[in-house]
Amino acid sequence: MSPKTLYDKIWDAHVADEADDGTCLLYIDRHLVHEVTSPQAFEGLRLAGRTVRAPEKTIAVPDHNVPTTLGRDNPESMPEDSRIQVAALDTNAKEFGVHYYPVSDVRQGIVHIVGPEQGWTLPGMTVVCGDSHTATHGAFGALAHGIGTSEVEHVLATQTLIQKKSKNMKVEITGQLRPGVTAKDITLSVIGATGTAGGTGYVIEYCGEAIRSLSMEGRMTVCNMAIEGGARAGLIAPDETTFEYVMGRPHAPKGAQWEAAMNWWKTLYSDDDAHWDKVITLKGEDIAPVVTWGTSPEDVLPITAEVPTAESFKGGKVDAAKRALEYMGLEPGQKLSDIQIDTVFIGSCTNGRIEDLRAAAEILKGKKVKEGMRAMVVPGSGLVRAQAEEEGLAQIFQDAGFEWRLAGCSMCLAMNPDQLKPGERCAATSNRNFEGRQGRGGRTHLMSPAMAAAAAITGHLTDVRELM
Amino acid sequence: MEKFEKLSGIAAPMPLVNIDTDMIIPKQYLKTIKRTGLGVHAFAEMRYDDQGNENPDFVLNQPAYREASVIVAGDNFGCGSSREHAPWALADFGIKVVISTSFADIFFNNCFKNGMLPIVMPQEVVDVLMQDAEKGSNARMEVDLEAQTITTSDGEVFTFEVDPFRKHCLLEGLDDIGLTLEKAAAIDTFEAAAAQARPWV
Repeated sequence: MSPKTLYDKIWDAHVADEADDGTCLLYIDRHLVHEVTSPQAFEGLRLAGRTVRAPEKTIAVPDHNVPTTLGRDNPESMPEDSRIQVAALDTNAKEFGVHYYPVSDVRQGIVHIVGPEQGWTLPGMTVVCGDSHTATHGAFGALAHGIGTSEVEHVLATQTLIQKKSKNMKVEITGQLRPGVTAKDITLSVIGATGTAGGTGYVIEYCGEAIRSLSMEGRMTVCNMAIEGGARAGLIAPDETTFEYVMGRPHAPKGAQWEAAMNWWKTLYSDDDAHWDKVITLKGEDIAPVVTWGTSPEDVLPITAEVPTAESFKGGKVDAAKRALEYMGLEPGQKLSDIQIDTVFIGSCTNGRIEDLRAAAEILKGKKVKEGMRAMVVPGSGLVRAQAEEEGLAQIFQDAGFEWRLAGCSMCLAMNPDQLKPGERCAATSNRNFEGRQGRGGRTHLMSPAMAAAAAITGHLTDVRELM
Repeated sequence: MEKFEKLSGIAAPMPLVNIDTDMIIPKQYLKTIKRTGLGVHAFAEMRYDDQGNENPDFVLNQPAYREASVIVAGDNFGCGSSREHAPWALADFGIKVVISTSFADIFFNNCFKNGMLPIVMPQEVVDVLMQDAEKGSNARMEVDLEAQTITTSDGEVFTFEVDPFRKHCLLEGLDDIGLTLEKAAAIDTFEAAAAQARPWV
């Protein structure tokens, strides 16, 4: 047999039909659903008199709109349009009989945190969701990607997607990370190296010693942002770290089924002589703690650097950089570590897991946030929140002056009341620094949880290594 | 789905690179449970000021481009969020074709589900089309899907590539789900075999 990549193997195991021109029907093992991109899809089913083909493989959870403050079980806590959207998900989940975690359930949270936590996401699966950060689940060696609402409807009705195969790209991170450098710094540095369109047309497999050394939480952070590099999906081959994380989760296989699954999962790696259409290699030792300065995730630099000049770029990026500098209110040559901030957001599907909260709490322990700072932690799920409380992390955050919130997407995309005002500047652990992303006129600097915690203490972007 | 065969229309130049779907339709307009009516909010934060007044500098507010049906855009158009509200908003505004050197994957797919045609062209061609678009409302660009051609207002013709299956679906206005359900037997067979091979799924 010809050698295959991990992507080739998962793809081949899920092709239900292939037309002469290579257009395939790819079978979908898990379909995750949230309230923003699904109402039109369910409505489409209803209008056509169709049902959900595999409700047992469909998991719904409201996350984008939900308030993160106490008392949110009361529908009056939401503005009318949000309330209607969440109520629509409630109704659709019940009517079509899909698995559902309502706001009142302690397991509710960001869909990409709930899926792995509950053992819905398993190695070798195909996973889709009407959300670009579905790439997160690739950390398990699952082929996972975002889809639009028409495709959500298509998967609901047929449990398949019409797809053509992408190309294979290998991103290798060799060696080990230095102290203070995290999975977030890896994934941002890769985007810095490839650009936000560098992965377009590819599925990325992340590999190398530095990737192998990451926990599942770290691997999810890396794969989460594959989409910001333009890739359809990001993958990491499953290994003992993966199996250990999955074992015992509510929806993970048990007993003989676990053994059978393991037999297959252990074959899920790229063969030595597999063909790669593109290869990128970074040395783990060369990666520094990074922050973004502009309005695209590719606008990333080590915290020790200075704000660049627009003229240092090429082509259309020169005008884009000018626009970004103006929007961000930054001067070329300014030290990144001199940029003053007024808001800190720790959370999101990128960095809302327990390890992220531990990393931030480690920096904040016994410290206070800078006076006047608005700082919030939004755990990725109710279970992450509960665990953080049990570990004493919640107390550390609160003692430091952080607000301790309930789970949801929150200020990552500001569809709920957690928003920036015009001109406010935020150190954020989320995934997008687009114009207006966290609120109209708001300015976002992306970074790791430890870096965000450091910025909360000093009031400016800060090299976390100085506080370690 | 609405068919797409050919159009002759005004092309608006948007040379900015990395126009993301948050720009195309900001999040506050995603709280709808409908597909329609989003055109008025397309590019809202670039198009309107805080009070909701039109920003006269924004291209689609300029008299020449208010009726545009084509956008000629900078690299990596439609990056970011998977929100299909982006093509819904563009289509509702009247945009049926977007031309760029590259598109983000999910946006690109979403266009074809909504009777819209995203066209990838090399930089030098996009440069020519951008110049043509900058001529304003007297310059009409023609896009012919059957022939796979773009014709500038000067009569210069460029051919483009399009996936044959997607072309067929656009030309006929075919509904993907209906097409896939014709293959229900293949899905049944696959599903049964997969349940044997991977019963834990």
